[in-house]
Amino acid sequence: MTVELFVQYLFAGITYGAIYAIVAIGFNIIYNTTGIINFAQGEFVMLGGMISISLLPYLPLTLAIAVAVLVTMIFGALLEICFIRWLESPSVLRMIIITIGLSILTREAALHIWGESIRSLPYFVGNEITTVAIWGARISPQVLWVIGACGLMVLFLSLFFQTTSVGREMRACAANRKAAILCGINTRNMVTLSFVLSAGIGALAGCVMSPITSTEYSIGTGLAIKGFTVAILGGLGNSMAAVGAGLLLGILEAFSISVLPLAFKDAIAIAILLVILFVRPHGLFGSATAAGLKEF
Amino acid sequence: MKYRSIKFIIALLIASLVFIPTAAADTVKIGAILAVTGPASFLGGPEARTLEMLVEQTNAAGGINGKQVELIIKDSGGNPEKAISFAKQLIEEEQVVAVLGPSTSGETMKIKKIFEQAQTPLISCAAAEVIVNPVAQYVFKTPQKDSYAAQKIFQTMKDKGISKIAVLAGNTGFGKAGKAQLLKIAPTMGIEVVEAEVYDKKSKDLSAVIAKIKANKDVQAVVNWSIVPAQAIVAKNMRQAGWDVPLFQSHGFGNIKYVEAAGAAAEGIIFPAGRLLVADMLPDGHPQKALLTEYIQAYEGKYQEAASTFGGHAYDAYIIATAAIEKAGTDKAKIRDAIEQIKDLPGTGGIFSFSAEDHNGLDIDSFEMITVKGGKFVPYGNALAAPQNVKIQ
Repeated sequence: MTVELFVQYLFAGITYGAIYAIVAIGFNIIYNTTGIINFAQGEFVMLGGMISISLLPYLPLTLAIAVAVLVTMIFGALLEICFIRWLESPSVLRMIIITIGLSILTREAALHIWGESIRSLPYFVGNEITTVAIWGARISPQVLWVIGACGLMVLFLSLFFQTTSVGREMRACAANRKAAILCGINTRNMVTLSFVLSAGIGALAGCVMSPITSTEYSIGTGLAIKGFTVAILGGLGNSMAAVGAGLLLGILEAFSISVLPLAFKDAIAIAILLVILFVRPHGLFGSATAAGLKEF
Repeated sequence: MKYRSIKFIIALLIASLVFIPTAAADTVKIGAILAVTGPASFLGGPEARTLEMLVEQTNAAGGINGKQVELIIKDSGGNPEKAISFAKQLIEEEQVVAVLGPSTSGETMKIKKIFEQAQTPLISCAAAEVIVNPVAQYVFKTPQKDSYAAQKIFQTMKDKGISKIAVLAGNTGFGKAGKAQLLKIAPTMGIEVVEAEVYDKKSKDLSAVIAKIKANKDVQAVVNWSIVPAQAIVAKNMRQAGWDVPLFQSHGFGNIKYVEAAGAAAEGIIFPAGRLLVADMLPDGHPQKALLTEYIQAYEGKYQEAASTFGGHAYDAYIIATAAIEKAGTDKAKIRDAIEQIKDLPGTGGIFSFSAEDHNGLDIDSFEMITVKGGKFVPYGNALAAPQNVKIQ
């Protein structure tokens, strides 16, 4: 394999890995505050892309993206307030079924609003055939946008969780909910906030990836499966581990093409998920003892 | 007041008794099974709209032999099981004289037998060659054959001096059938397929596979055989990788929307298609010109969307059916015979001449090689300076 080809595969892998990582982080944020997997996470990504595309004729690109992210965040908050918040000590299974239902509902609503057609945002810089050369490989500048935006989101989130008081309250809620309540933290608001945050990062990822991958009403499901794989692979609840696992999966998928037929690409992700669930259910970077203490 | 309304209802009842039976006797019932919704809606949507428009036109002009046309469209959603039950419903309950559609090859193959047994003509709008090869008594189809598309592509390659190619195909029925045809016909035309890859129809990014086939320095051109959205993604990823070999697509590229989806990367794509896409550039007096421009104007005026070759397939199915009914009346066996006797009927896909052996009726010349230039379809070769390679910025 030449250096050029290696770099080409590497960039394809990192692009996808970054998107998977963002979806996985979305899963993790909600998992940490509620203990459930929000299967509507992929739909946030779809909504971000779709809303920004619809706004584009009326607003400049940056503003369209900003409004789309904001609207998706409000949507995330509404989902939580209408369907999760009022439940009295719900079981994990019940909440998961609710999120699956919400995911289907959102998808069908999107189908009615936007139809089947596949749309995309324009390239942020240049157009469909603009390329930049990096170490002999040629990539679209949009790839750099995706990697940059995902990197920034990770940075922003870790700063938010480490340094702000709201971030610390959310972490307290994740660490021990009862103790957090006793300290006077409104855990219900923290749950809503976690939906808002993961909707926001999902929507932003949906916008930056749209020029490369296009957006249609049904892209959420596939992304949710990949993001879930990554979240499990890294260890549920650990956002930094999700970044590592996401990049790992993306790069594995990209390089698998050089030895296996392309049609096996998705099979690899699912195979990895199965192996991890059997061998290391607490994830590559997680600890077995910590996982043993959790309900799910 | 009450008494009056009762009288009114009775009057209505009598009126309906008098009018409905005569109305029924004066209509010709034609069925249609189309994928109006679902993953194949890009086919079924324009097809259904085309048929609705045509029936309106026929009825406004007095119908067929003085009888109004009653069109019953069933939306299969591209699902073969639904297509089967709708086929039975149309034949047994609605007693239609012929059925137009389905939109996809998979559905058509599933209901072929039903129409043979019920001895009802079926005019499919789907592309796969197996629909009419071997010939089934009552089954016809309007889109051009896959094998002609492959031959036409290889002919163009030979003219350009290309001999080693890569084949990409989506994992749909259309993609698989196309790949099989390409691999079968390539050796007979002196073309060598050095790379062949199948990808998932829902793939969103194919840059890794493009990198793989690009690494094979022998590849002089790429043929991609798939439906939307991969058609646009392949083009984008190739140009983004800085690879400027010619890209050929299947006849499934015949919708200007796909050119828009690929943007600047669509420039220079070469593919075979019916003349509908370049109707305005046909020489005056071409047998298809008047019909094509009329259809395009009527369709675009009515629905505010660009006419595609897919809607054209339904147009052809409709004119074939109505031409046969006009000649043979409403007897199903006679309609079948009349279709086989149709000769030199201009349609959107080409000039139809059916026979007992040929239930497609089109020859290889019904395809025109078309390329994309300045975001528009133009005839390949006839164009003054056909873009051989796209300049990378």
